[in-house]
Amino acid sequence: MADTHQGETRRDFLYVATAAVGAVGAACVAWPFIDQMNPAADTLALASIEFDTSTVAEGMAVTVKWRGKPVFVRHRTQQEIDEARAVPLADLRDPQTDAERATKPEQLIVVGVCTHLGCVPLGQKPSDPKGEFGGWFCPCHGSHYDTSGRIRKGPAPRNLEVPEYQYISDTVVRIG
Amino acid sequence: MIARIKTLAAAGLVAASLAAPAAMAAEGVAIPSQEWSFGGIFGTFDRAALQRGFQVYQNVCASCHGLDYVAYRNLEQLGYNEDEIKAIAAEKQVTDGPNDEGEMFERPAKPSDRFVSPFPNDAAARAANGGALPPELSLIVDARAGGADYIYAVLTGYQDAPSGVTVPDGMYYNAYFPGHQIAMPPPLFPDGVTYGDGTAATIAQQAKDVTTFLAWASEPNLEERKRAGLMTILFLLVFTGLLYATKRKIWADVH
Amino acid sequence: MAAKFDNSIVRWIDHRLPIFSFMHHEMHEYPTPKNLSYWWNFGSLAGIALVVMLVTGITLAMHYTPHVDYAFSSVERIMRDVNYGWLIRYIHMNGASFFFIVVYIHIFRGLYYGSYKAPRELLWMLGVVILLLMMATAFMGYVLPWGQMSFWGATVITNLFSAIPVVGDSIVTWLWGGFAVDNATLNRFFSLHYLLPFVIVGVVVLHLVALHRFGSNNPLGIDVKGPKDQIPFHPYYTAKDAFGLGVYLIIFSAFVFFAPNYMGHPDNYIPADPLVTPAHIVPEWYFLPFYAILRAIPDKLGGVLFMFGAIAVLFILPWLDRSPVRSGQFRPIFKIFFWILVIDVVALTYLGGKPPEGWYVIASRLATAYYFIHFLVILPLLSVFETPRQLPKSISEPVTGGGAGFAGATATPREKV
Repeated sequence: MADTHQGETRRDFLYVATAAVGAVGAACVAWPFIDQMNPAADTLALASIEFDTSTVAEGMAVTVKWRGKPVFVRHRTQQEIDEARAVPLADLRDPQTDAERATKPEQLIVVGVCTHLGCVPLGQKPSDPKGEFGGWFCPCHGSHYDTSGRIRKGPAPRNLEVPEYQYISDTVVRIG
Repeated sequence: MIARIKTLAAAGLVAASLAAPAAMAAEGVAIPSQEWSFGGIFGTFDRAALQRGFQVYQNVCASCHGLDYVAYRNLEQLGYNEDEIKAIAAEKQVTDGPNDEGEMFERPAKPSDRFVSPFPNDAAARAANGGALPPELSLIVDARAGGADYIYAVLTGYQDAPSGVTVPDGMYYNAYFPGHQIAMPPPLFPDGVTYGDGTAATIAQQAKDVTTFLAWASEPNLEERKRAGLMTILFLLVFTGLLYATKRKIWADVH
Repeated sequence: MAAKFDNSIVRWIDHRLPIFSFMHHEMHEYPTPKNLSYWWNFGSLAGIALVVMLVTGITLAMHYTPHVDYAFSSVERIMRDVNYGWLIRYIHMNGASFFFIVVYIHIFRGLYYGSYKAPRELLWMLGVVILLLMMATAFMGYVLPWGQMSFWGATVITNLFSAIPVVGDSIVTWLWGGFAVDNATLNRFFSLHYLLPFVIVGVVVLHLVALHRFGSNNPLGIDVKGPKDQIPFHPYYTAKDAFGLGVYLIIFSAFVFFAPNYMGHPDNYIPADPLVTPAHIVPEWYFLPFYAILRAIPDKLGGVLFMFGAIAVLFILPWLDRSPVRSGQFRPIFKIFFWILVIDVVALTYLGGKPPEGWYVIASRLATAYYFIHFLVILPLLSVFETPRQLPKSISEPVTGGGAGFAGATATPREKV
């Protein structure tokens, strides 16, 4: 009786061990098939761009393409900077100071994708509506952004995203 | 059981013999085999040889042969750092554009660019080389029967034509090239390059190094492949052992 | 019926959609002869090989570009830049060869043990249909990387149809969608290469339905006589198949990881050039026997007819071999000819890879002749003149001494079907 019992335990252990090893193997096989859908090496190699901000005149804005999305580079006027800095943090839905959002006050660099549902806000061209706060206005669902790209009115939950960037010379910035 | 193993082994042999014909070299000349750092199941690329081979490619081959599928960023695997790669890439100009004025423009190559071809297109390459097209080299080791051994054999196989064989103008006699007549002049000379690490640049050494580099260019994932292969097969041996034990247990009551 | 499931959700679903009952019936209860040898592993192995090809193929299609200007470089991008792309492509490349190895062994097992005989004729014929579909799929898949062998393989094989009298040339132009193998050809081949595997899945389902009608044949080739001869498919054969799969994967991995290009051809790493044919063009190894037959016949139309005839003859095999004994174990003369056929096909494979010159041509002709004589002359004659050995009474009661050998010459020669 005891023998049979022991035999069965050993048998169960074998089945469990085999199934467990098989499950580990299946997981290892699954990974390459999942990972192949991630960005490939050549895509990642293009993940950062360099841009010369001296090409943007004061008061003007330029849209550059970065990782398939528009990036707004705006050369802000002193008035726009002052406006952005004067806003009390308590008035903001997504509180951030302007200094946190712009390494150099005169150059604002944000991803031009509305944080509501992904439309591209208007406000780059001089003729565009800039919304009630002088920044950008998203025509899809009426989000208003200020001169620091912060959400002030409308359905969007967050400020326009600031991409990771650094100045590699006085005027040339590397985004990404 | 033993009979079964025998029959399965026989099946394996049949399978192997079926598989053999496609892999045989097409030409009659036997290619001597060499020792390669990347050969065998544990093989890895010798980094120093890769860098020397890259130097030979840059100084000797690159003026005629492209490396179309390799990007400058891939040189990281050879042990170069980001700044060195940027500098290597920036030596070449690529056409980009159009710019805001609608014009195409030249700019220095970036690490994300693929190696810049020496000729704008095949016709230009032929025109510059007396009608012969210098093949693109990034797959040359995979694309020739004999692989690395063959590339090494051709690079070191220049000889005087045997008596009775006349080699036309603009052609050279090569012991291992199919048909023995090759349009490429002997590319390697003793001390044709000066190695930074002090290795003596004999023809054999240069051929070996550049072949190692080209083998890497053909298959930059070779090391990862072999490492993954060892792990996979070890795992499968354990797993198959367990499956065999399971099968035995389950079948224990069948008579 | 639904009561056999403990889980109430399973019971609820099964009452409305009896998939669990179906699975239970076809996998768990499905009675299987208890004496199947490891040669019977190759059916399920072929099924798994097909799934591997589908999964890797669909994955590769996410990165591949079917255009003459981009096909080759998109494959190189898969090999160099896509995460694990090299692994997935090498599995797909070698998976094709291994699929054929498994299926060829499966076919020869069927030939030896008479698995094509009544009542399994349709099962066998569906299998031949699967083989034809596999060949078409493999051929079109080989074109996709757009290397030199891709291009010239496509040119040569599509040109076979030009052998058809009167309409041949029009058919070839129609296949190409142009006046040579070109972008239109590549595009349609990609489309069909994606489609056909699912057609194969459909025919495999029919193959399985036909199989489950009478169950597996077995090494003795006799019908099961009752529950004593049978065991449930699960867990017995699932366990055995799983072990066989493990062995298969070890061999497969050895190729994928350590000799991934061994069964390929170097010329296919050269981009397609419509102006230069490689010195020796050979098809993939699994087509070589048929290629040898094609070249053995000195007439264009004849060669094509014989090549397709080599497969067509398999369709009518159940009516060529009329011997009531299935298993080659009990057919002493058949057994010898079976092994001659194996050698003959291996020889054709070898000869298909050799240039058509010298003694290779003569050998190819002899081997081709034997192939057809085997099926069209020897098998029909054997079914009349061969005296089979005595068959065991049942699977669980083999002939005493295990040696059908000495009993063969004496009385009760054969089981009547």
